[in-house]
Amino acid sequence: MQINIIIFGQIADITGTNNLTVENVADTTQLVERLNATYPALRNAKYAIAVDKKIIKENTSLSHNNTIALLPPFSGG
Amino acid sequence: MSDNKLYERYQRQMLLKEIGEAGQQKLLQSKVLVVGAGGLGCPALQYLAAAGVGTIGIVDDDVVALTNLHRQILFTTADIGLSKAERAAAVLEKLNTDIKINPYNFRITNQNALELIEQYDIIVDGTDNFSSRYLLNDACVLLNKPLVYAAISRFEGQVAILNCTAEDGKAVNYRDLFPVPPADNEVMNCAVAGVLGVLPGIIGSMQANETIKLITGIGQPLINRLLTYNALTNQSYELLLPPSEPTASFIPKDKTAFKNFDYDWACSSEKSSFEIDANLFDSLLSNNNVTILDVREFGEQPIVTEFSHVHIPLSELNGKKLALDGDILITFCQSGGRSLQAAKLLSDRFGNSKLIYSLRGGIAKWKAQAAKSNNTMEKD
Repeated sequence: MQINIIIFGQIADITGTNNLTVENVADTTQLVERLNATYPALRNAKYAIAVDKKIIKENTSLSHNNTIALLPPFSGG
Repeated sequence: MSDNKLYERYQRQMLLKEIGEAGQQKLLQSKVLVVGAGGLGCPALQYLAAAGVGTIGIVDDDVVALTNLHRQILFTTADIGLSKAERAAAVLEKLNTDIKINPYNFRITNQNALELIEQYDIIVDGTDNFSSRYLLNDACVLLNKPLVYAAISRFEGQVAILNCTAEDGKAVNYRDLFPVPPADNEVMNCAVAGVLGVLPGIIGSMQANETIKLITGIGQPLINRLLTYNALTNQSYELLLPPSEPTASFIPKDKTAFKNFDYDWACSSEKSSFEIDANLFDSLLSNNNVTILDVREFGEQPIVTEFSHVHIPLSELNGKKLALDGDILITFCQSGGRSLQAAKLLSDRFGNSKLIYSLRGGIAKWKAQAAKSNNTMEKD
């Protein structure tokens, strides 16, 4: 099962890329744990999570080819 | 001015059947407040004034600096050191003599925001810091005003229309996306991270476009949707923003609470973004989605009977398998120190899956305040 991840803004500095794919994660909590293990600095980063373009607040189960967006707040104007 | 001359100015947009004379009249009768005359505010102001928005307010307490000029296109080198609000107003008055421009050469604060916003129909957020953004969001929620939001970072921008009721009856605000502000040092602003000058030009123009669509009632404005745009790749991505019930409790409940809310503190890097005060704590108590944790050692006084809670001492929190219900966890201890440590531990554990807070000042301060508001003689 493949999950696609799009990373916006300055948190891409942590991952070093705007696009990632992750295999075998059942839900968004597992996905966050996996990302935190790979990129420890993400633990301290603030971001909203969207599953297939819809912002989610609760743990959400994932299926093959879901696209996750990690969206940090921007302050600039 | 005669109608003929008036309509000549707007003739090319009135030719559009979606706008026409009726749409132009709506624009001329509308009042838009643009907060921040910077990278986003300049292009937004320019197009709103040109389109004939009848009354435009400009709030900014800043003066023009040389480092602004690569993106803040209403200003010239000769304007350096002068008020942005006043310089922008002077340029726009020359651009369109039909409309009224109100410059406000001061910073928007929780003391002046409500009176100012009340006078306008639509608010455009062109601010450059989280303190102003949250303040503006909360004020618009309290006064039921649509907020045309945008923000930028380096080559990326975000645009959305917030606090505007969609056809499904739902209105989303900024706190539904990011419930509480990050600390200042968590996210870099343009001064630190840099920004391509044309990016706010594109995003600020999108704000003007969305504002015009809202006023005239045409197209599909970005209500409850957030559009991101990347100037390097030209990719745009649209996110659906659903309202989130728990986050509503973070907005001050009325005008008095708004004026007492310390927005600078909430965004200060010196303090922790985990902490909430007794008033916010009280408003969250009634929320079913909240689990409260006493992290004091067993046997510590005073015993808390006023609200239901779970008791897990800080010393046992680490490594313990936790099954905590609720999307919001609030820790408390005697005076707020240990509970802050606990909140940080829990945040590491749960990441973004839960909102985690610590009661500032601890149960001692909370009890003192509760006793005071109950007007009893009880003392801690």
